[in-house]
Amino acid sequence: MTTLDRPDPGFSLAVQQRSGEPILRCYFCQKCSAGCPVANVMDYTPAQVIRLIQLGQKDAVLSSSAIWLCVGCETCGTRCPNHIRLAPMFDTLRYMALEGGYKPLPAVYALHRSFLDSIRLWGRVHELSMLAEYKLRSPLGSDLMADIKVALTLLVKGKILTLPERVRGLAQVRRLYGTQESRPAEVQR
Amino acid sequence: MRYSYYPGCTVGTTAIEFGLSTDAVCEALGIELVELEDWNCCGASAAHNLDHELSLRLPGRNVALAQKEGLDIVAPCPACYQHVLFADLRFREDEAWRREMEQMLGVTYTGQGRPRHLLEVLSEPEMLTLISQRVSRPLEGLRVASYYGCVLVRPQEFTGWDDPENPMRMDRLVEAVGGVAVDWSYKVDCCGASLALSRADVVISLSTRLAEAAREAGADVIACACGMCQINLDTRQAQADKVPALYFTELLALALGLPVTAKLWGRHGIDPRPVLRQRGLLG
Repeated sequence: MTTLDRPDPGFSLAVQQRSGEPILRCYFCQKCSAGCPVANVMDYTPAQVIRLIQLGQKDAVLSSSAIWLCVGCETCGTRCPNHIRLAPMFDTLRYMALEGGYKPLPAVYALHRSFLDSIRLWGRVHELSMLAEYKLRSPLGSDLMADIKVALTLLVKGKILTLPERVRGLAQVRRLYGTQESRPAEVQR
Repeated sequence: MRYSYYPGCTVGTTAIEFGLSTDAVCEALGIELVELEDWNCCGASAAHNLDHELSLRLPGRNVALAQKEGLDIVAPCPACYQHVLFADLRFREDEAWRREMEQMLGVTYTGQGRPRHLLEVLSEPEMLTLISQRVSRPLEGLRVASYYGCVLVRPQEFTGWDDPENPMRMDRLVEAVGGVAVDWSYKVDCCGASLALSRADVVISLSTRLAEAAREAGADVIACACGMCQINLDTRQAQADKVPALYFTELLALALGLPVTAKLWGRHGIDPRPVLRQRGLLG
């Protein structure tokens, strides 16, 4: 982060309102970043993301890799002296990014998308077809052979079902999907 | 004791050892698990990442299915547990949402029964007493690092667990079956979870650090309560000295002398048999 954009005055309140988390309380103690298991691979640490929100830096936040790398482990929220839960905040930022047409991190998005498609198809996740879809959605050059090796080992040990289990109330499950969900305008393959 | 059982997608597949040992242990202890009829996937990490409503509606259907029996809902998977917990809370707190779900699913929410994790159920004081009485092969000398993982105990205001940083329930269970619960600092550190596929490098470094920390604390094995934690620890340790990762229910099955254990060890990526033999726990 070198320069700041002109602040978007409504952004911090919008995030605070939608996530239900009191983000403006943060006084930057950075306990969240210190305990975060993935802060070292994020472009902005969790505390920096909060500071950027406070400063109205909408573009920087919604196009960051940080919002897609958060795994929702709840360590930060557990330790925050201001009782800010960052996991729902990161969820909210992903929804806002998708709605605003910001590009998600391709591999992370591809996995979640394939997972939800699998549930819509069967009612339960079927790993084999889910992984196949994920691989098709993933950027080229990702480690296909290594993943196939892991999948084969799991097959041999009887840990992947070859055929999917389909729930009887599938129509009901599909109705749960509704229409609210946003998809990115363009996802890099 | 009877519970509604929400097995989730992993205990029949990638976490098959968890499912098999859970069934056997509960049967041996007289706990009846009534599988939720026609349950669906809770949406795991994917739903809350992309769609907030869906992340509550998917587990919400399972909560609705459980209303018929009105029993506590037991889940072995921490993600299933957490999502069902959040959905149940939404049913209780948001009347408009409850009405909409009831209409969509044709079920009346009664609020009977609450979501619980399997470890919570098996580590209640009276269960600890029962389990210790039933032990036929005490895990003497086996040093176990209890690994709770990230979302099992958190957020504490929802789960109500003993301590979000230093939980003790699994440790007590290990001690109840004669094992040594080692003290270590990584009980609730995250394994990287669903990044296993999209960012394998991250999960490899986290799993390796966890295993090294367990070894440093003198552990022979790591006990897990989550299919995601276990598969990451079982397949993504990069250091030479690999530490077997077992489900806590596998350790219980071993201590209770249940025949199911013959079906478990061969399915592990890191074979636990050498260390179990070394400790005199396998014939």
